[in-house]
Amino acid sequence: MKSGKFWAWVVFIVSAAYFFIPLIATFEFSLRLRRGVHSFDAYQIVLGDPRFQATFLYSVVAAVFTIILGVLVVVPAAYWIRLRLPQLRPIVEFITLLPLVIPAIVIVFGYIRMYGSNSPLPFLASDFGASALLVIGYATLALPYMYRAVDTGLRTIDVRTLTEAAQILGAGWGTIITRVILPNVLIAVLSGAFLTFAIVIGEFTMASLLNRPAFGPYLQNIGANRAYEPAALAVIAFAITWGCMSLIQLLSRFAPKSANRPN
Amino acid sequence: MTDLSLSNQAFATKPASPKEATAFRFPTHWIGVTPFFIFVLMFLILPTLYLVLGAFQNGEGQFTFDNILQLVSDPSISNSYWASIWISFWSAIIGAFAGLALAIAIVRGGLPSWVRSATLTFSGVASNFAGLPLAFAFIATLGRVGIVTIILRDVFGMNIYAMGFNFLTSSGLIVVYLFFQIPLMVVIIVPAIDGLKKEWNEAAATLGATQWQYWRMVVIPVLFPSFLGTVILLFANAFGAIATAYAFTGPTLNIVPIKLYSQINGDVLHNPQLGYAIAFGMIVITGLANVFYIWFRTRSERWLK
Repeated sequence: MKSGKFWAWVVFIVSAAYFFIPLIATFEFSLRLRRGVHSFDAYQIVLGDPRFQATFLYSVVAAVFTIILGVLVVVPAAYWIRLRLPQLRPIVEFITLLPLVIPAIVIVFGYIRMYGSNSPLPFLASDFGASALLVIGYATLALPYMYRAVDTGLRTIDVRTLTEAAQILGAGWGTIITRVILPNVLIAVLSGAFLTFAIVIGEFTMASLLNRPAFGPYLQNIGANRAYEPAALAVIAFAITWGCMSLIQLLSRFAPKSANRPN
Repeated sequence: MTDLSLSNQAFATKPASPKEATAFRFPTHWIGVTPFFIFVLMFLILPTLYLVLGAFQNGEGQFTFDNILQLVSDPSISNSYWASIWISFWSAIIGAFAGLALAIAIVRGGLPSWVRSATLTFSGVASNFAGLPLAFAFIATLGRVGIVTIILRDVFGMNIYAMGFNFLTSSGLIVVYLFFQIPLMVVIIVPAIDGLKKEWNEAAATLGATQWQYWRMVVIPVLFPSFLGTVILLFANAFGAIATAYAFTGPTLNIVPIKLYSQINGDVLHNPQLGYAIAFGMIVITGLANVFYIWFRTRSERWLK
C-alpha cells in the first residue's frame, strides 16, 4: 500500500511538471519584450492592437450566435426524444458524435464545395452568408458537447410529468419549451454554452478556410510574424479557457442533482 | 425575477381554455426533432457525402477509382497519411496510458483530495487548450530561444536542437499533442474508475484472488471498453488537428490535414478531385478506428454480461 502511494505521488508530480513548465515558461517568455527587465509590454501591444480588438469581437459575436443556434437545434430535439421518441436516441447520439469523427477541415471543405457562390444555396457569395456559414460550422463542431450537456440536464428532471402538468394548465408547446423545460435545463445549457465558447473563440481551420476576420487567423498571423506577442496571446487564451471551465464548475453546484426529489 | 415569471405564467395560461388545448394537435410525431435532422442533414451529412461522391468522380463527373488510387501511388500523399497515422496513433497510445496512470493515481493512490479536484479542474482546461495558443506556449518553452531550451543549454550544457529535437518531427508533435491528449483521457476515464465498486475488490479478496488477479479479471475488463473508446477519440482528435502543427511550420509540414488545407486553399496538387479523395481517406481512417472500437466493445460486452 505504501509503495502505491509513493508511485501515485511520482505520477502526479511528473505530470504536474509536464503541464506546468510550459505554462510558466510561456508566461515568463511573454514578459521579456523589453530587454533586461520583465514588463507587460507584450500584453499592452497585443491588447492595444486594433486588429486584436476587431477579430476578438468578431469571434465573441460568432460564439454567441453559435450558442444560440446550438440551443435552438439541440434543446427541442433532446426534449422531444426524451418525451416521445426514445427509440430515436441511439441514432441521434450517433449523429451527434459524428463531428468528433469527421475532422473539422473535412466538414468545412464540404461547405466550401456545396455552398459556393455558384451553388443553389450560395452562402459564400456574401460576407454575411460566409459568417453565417462559419456560425453553422461552429454549431456543428459544438454539437457533441451541446447535446450531451442538454441531455444530462434533461435526465435530472422529470420531463414527462412537467410537460403533462404544463399541458393540464393549458400551456402550448412554445410555452412548455421556453418557460418550463428551458429554465429547468438552463444550467446544463449554460455549461454547454461555455464549453462551446472555449472551443470556438480561437478556432483556426474553419475561420481561415472561410476567409473570416476571426481571432484564430489573427493568432496565426501574429504567431508567424512576432516573437513575444504570441506568448502573451497564449497566456490570454489559457486564461479564457480557464475562465470558461471555472464558470462550468461553478454552475454545476447550482444544478439539480436528480429527478424526483422528495420535496 | 420570481414575481415577474409568476405573473407572466398566469397571464399566459389563462386565455388557453382546455378545449383549445385538446384541439391543438401536432401534425406529426416528428416535429420536435425536425430542426435537428434538417440541420445535421444540410450541414454535416450532405457536405460529407458530397466529398465522398466527389472522391469517386473525375473532372467530368464520371465514375473513377483514379483519385483513390492516387492517394496510394503519389508518395507525397501516402507519406503524409503515414505521418499522420503515426503521430495520431502514438500520441493516442502514450496519452491514454499516461492519462490512465494519472487518473488511477489521483483516484486510487491515496493522495489528498485537493490533488484529485485540482487535477480534474486542470484537465478540463488543458483538454480544451489546443490549437494555435498551445503551439505558442511550446515555442516559448522549447523553441530555439525558449526558456527551457536556454536553461538546458546554459545550466545543464544540453543543446536539445543539436541533439536532434525539433517540433517539425513526429516525436516533437507527439510531445506537444500530449498536452491535450493526457487531460482528455483523465477527464473521460476518472468517472469510469470511480464506477469500480470497493465491494468488487473485497469480493475478489474473499474468493482468494491476489491483487494482480483482481486487476486482470475485474478492473481491466470493466475499464477496457471506455479506455479503448477514449483511445479512438484521442486518435481522431490528433488526426484532425491542424492549427498546432500549422503554427509551428506553416503549410510545409507533411501531414494529411495540412496537405488538405493547402489543397483547399490553392489546389497545390493540380487536381480538384484529389482533394475530395484526401478528405474521403481521412473519413475512412477515423471511421475504421470507430468500427474497431464498436467491434471490440461488443466482444468485451459479451463477457461482461
